[in-house]
Amino acid sequence: MKQFAELVKILGTTTKTNEKLEALSDYFTTANDRDKVWVIALFSGRRPKRAVNSTQLGTWCMEAANIPSWLFVESYSTVGDLAETIALLLPEGEMLFEDESLSYYIEKLIGIEKQDEAIRKKFILDCWMKMDYSQRFVFNKFITGAFRIGVSQQMMVNALARFVKLSASVIAHRISGNWDPSTTTFDELLGEEHALAIDHSKPYPFYLAYALEDEPATLGEPGEWQAEWKWDGIRGQIIKRNGELFAWSRGEELITEKFPEYQVLQHLLPEGIAIDGEVLPFQNGQVLNFNVLQTRIGRKNVTKKQLQEAPAAFFAYDLLEFDGNDIREWPLIERRKKLEEIVQHFRSVNSNFPIHLSPIVEFNSWEELTRERERSRSLNSEGIMLKRKSSGYQVGRRRGDWWKWKIDPLTIDAVMVYAAKGSGRRSNLYTDYTFAVKDGDQLVTFAKAYSGLTDKEFAQVDSFVKRNSLEKFGPVRTVKPELVFEIAFEGIAASNRHKSGVALRFPRIHRWRQDKTVEEINTLEDLKNMLETYGK
Amino acid sequence: MLIEFTDKGLCCQQGGFYIDPWKPVKKAIITHAHSDHARFGHESYLCHEQTLPILQLRLGPQHYQTLKWNEPITMNGVKVSLHPAGHIIGSSQVRVEYNGEVWVFTGDYKTENDGISGQFEPVRCNTFITESTFGLPIYRWKPQEEIFTSIRQWIRKNRDNNKTSVLIAYSLGKTQRLLKVVAEAAENIYAHGAVYNTQQALLNAGWKFPEVKRVTADIPRDVLQQSVVLAPSGADASPWIRRFLPYSVGVCSGWMQVRGNVRRRNVDAGFALSDHADWNGLIETVKLTGAEKVYVTHGFQSTFSRYLNEIGIDAAEVKTEYGEDEAETNAALADEQVEQPAPTEGSDLSGDVDQNSETSKRSDPL
Repeated sequence: MKQFAELVKILGTTTKTNEKLEALSDYFTTANDRDKVWVIALFSGRRPKRAVNSTQLGTWCMEAANIPSWLFVESYSTVGDLAETIALLLPEGEMLFEDESLSYYIEKLIGIEKQDEAIRKKFILDCWMKMDYSQRFVFNKFITGAFRIGVSQQMMVNALARFVKLSASVIAHRISGNWDPSTTTFDELLGEEHALAIDHSKPYPFYLAYALEDEPATLGEPGEWQAEWKWDGIRGQIIKRNGELFAWSRGEELITEKFPEYQVLQHLLPEGIAIDGEVLPFQNGQVLNFNVLQTRIGRKNVTKKQLQEAPAAFFAYDLLEFDGNDIREWPLIERRKKLEEIVQHFRSVNSNFPIHLSPIVEFNSWEELTRERERSRSLNSEGIMLKRKSSGYQVGRRRGDWWKWKIDPLTIDAVMVYAAKGSGRRSNLYTDYTFAVKDGDQLVTFAKAYSGLTDKEFAQVDSFVKRNSLEKFGPVRTVKPELVFEIAFEGIAASNRHKSGVALRFPRIHRWRQDKTVEEINTLEDLKNMLETYGK
Repeated sequence: MLIEFTDKGLCCQQGGFYIDPWKPVKKAIITHAHSDHARFGHESYLCHEQTLPILQLRLGPQHYQTLKWNEPITMNGVKVSLHPAGHIIGSSQVRVEYNGEVWVFTGDYKTENDGISGQFEPVRCNTFITESTFGLPIYRWKPQEEIFTSIRQWIRKNRDNNKTSVLIAYSLGKTQRLLKVVAEAAENIYAHGAVYNTQQALLNAGWKFPEVKRVTADIPRDVLQQSVVLAPSGADASPWIRRFLPYSVGVCSGWMQVRGNVRRRNVDAGFALSDHADWNGLIETVKLTGAEKVYVTHGFQSTFSRYLNEIGIDAAEVKTEYGEDEAETNAALADEQVEQPAPTEGSDLSGDVDQNSETSKRSDPL
């Protein structure tokens, strides 16, 4: 555990990719196999089931530290991270010299999952008392989940590639998908001899595009490029192997059961196939606003009503595997041809076939495509995807062959009315803001945003918040409505959960309008007009 | 009230003086030389004898009077004495007694003995006015030796990797505390101009410290890579630091206790070394004074006073202009301090070790 705590410490403080990579490969070279498996699992978002919840952890910490709950809350709001708050508040431990391994603690944790609360409490307290601060921190971290400590999955794959005899893409493939770290050995996961054995559920690592920042003309000949609509849904893969159907999200979550619409594919699709595409709400030949699908995501079981109100289709972009063969190295144009053949065949025989071809946008010149792109919003699309016709299907986010060319976001000028402290890196600054528009002489809140300012601007706004607080509600302060910001967002939908009656998609601060006063901000009427225009 | 909280600062009407006033007054008693406590423009200054040389450096010729610790004087029937606060060189608590009633103002203080600032001495009193910079239970310091060990390890690791170790620490206080520690791990210690000038003032006053050289353009790269550079807060965000490439930056400050602060500063290492009392130190001190009434100033005043009330000690919060809001003292990001090749009088002592120098500058009448 000391070794793992040290690793997390380095990953959490160093700002240099090389140092992180080095710390990770040092760890993988020296740690025992069980621990390695768990580190791979934790850093790729798999964590042991929650044996205790955050409330219990907090309560036990308050007892051990002998502090009242309001003081715990104050501390938490200053630190911004529960695991860290607890690690800082606990009294000095016994500092034993023995050190148990990472897997020892995790497996014990799994073991107590079904035990009485008293047993679980005793276990947690015993563990805490044996640990120092940094061990307590990582221990709390994997109990509370969300192991976001500045290491990407790609970086871990690169570190692994330094010492296992597999290529980065094979590693990425091997550690994706549905495997259980408590029953999988390191050799099963990444052993040389298993590189060839196929786990038939596994999706391919997704190929992601960077945003096109220059004019499309910089890409060269229009004829070398294929244009598609950029859809705003859940990027996913549909796979059929060994007679089984698997639907994966880009977050590598298995979503097969969340989309019963796709079940028919188990019988229809040919064996040995993997299709890349987008899960989209779709009805009467129209792609709907993504907001419609939001009501379904996150539910384990989908109701009939939801199926009717938010029916999901799969818009196919690409074919990655056909007839059991990995065809990612084929040129895009060949893969697309094959994909069209398959999808068109099934669509012609079965009108309920849930896979659609994501249409290609025809164009002869960049000017023509620029005009086409103007139509995006009316189709509930976010813009255009540009893919080089000769490109293979690569791994991860790459420059060069695929670009996303998004339409400019919608924007609205609003005033900041509430501020709360951020978390993590921003835990002592007021960086989370709520914004309002005018409604007559009232202000109506309509969005929260956490990003879009530079560190320096955040520091300036933070200082404004501290000097202009009107009231304090727990961690939130009401602020004199004075600072005006331009809020950008990708979409707008009606919502009865918000006072303003609208919900925005991806709101963020576009810029700070220091040139505007609160008198000049937009109105609720403006928002409603936008809803009318774009919210369908 | 023997000491009143006025818009000019803490005021003893009966004795005819103020303590650490933030607006010009006739008679100012100064707890220590950090700029949010020792301001320009008073007619006369009374401070501890060790504070004098730094005040002179900062404020120039003024009407000064000094005292030793535990050396009472009487001002209009009010007995006044200074007592070690352990915060920085010369830092003192002020004890005020009139008609048998005793008030104590701590200024800034730390309870751990750093070997330079004098051992903090709890003073029995009826009313105690305490700072609360780190008045939250998440702030409990490790023993300094433990932190020193990690600083030395960090320096050695950088040296092995041919990197300059740039340590960010305030020029008055933390720097002096670090010099001996750093000297054990590095042959050469260089300093930013602001740090260097403070050192000179202290050396002239007869203090002994390991040798510190001023950073100049002609230091060979291979020497720098084996060395430690001491610089004030803000230097790490200025172009000045680029001359040390490749380097590693470490910040010494109590705020580094929280990971988010280390990450927000975007530095390579944070050492939670503070010149303020931690949570346990604050509580312990309050109890040792035996005070019936406690006023809590700059820092987490509402949290700390609420806690004291809950454990049966009558406490109230007081707003002062030292360090301002607890979080504001921490907003080092807004700190724009850059290179000061030839610090002019008064500009070389940025604020308190753990406080944002911009805050201090803004509220400073200079």
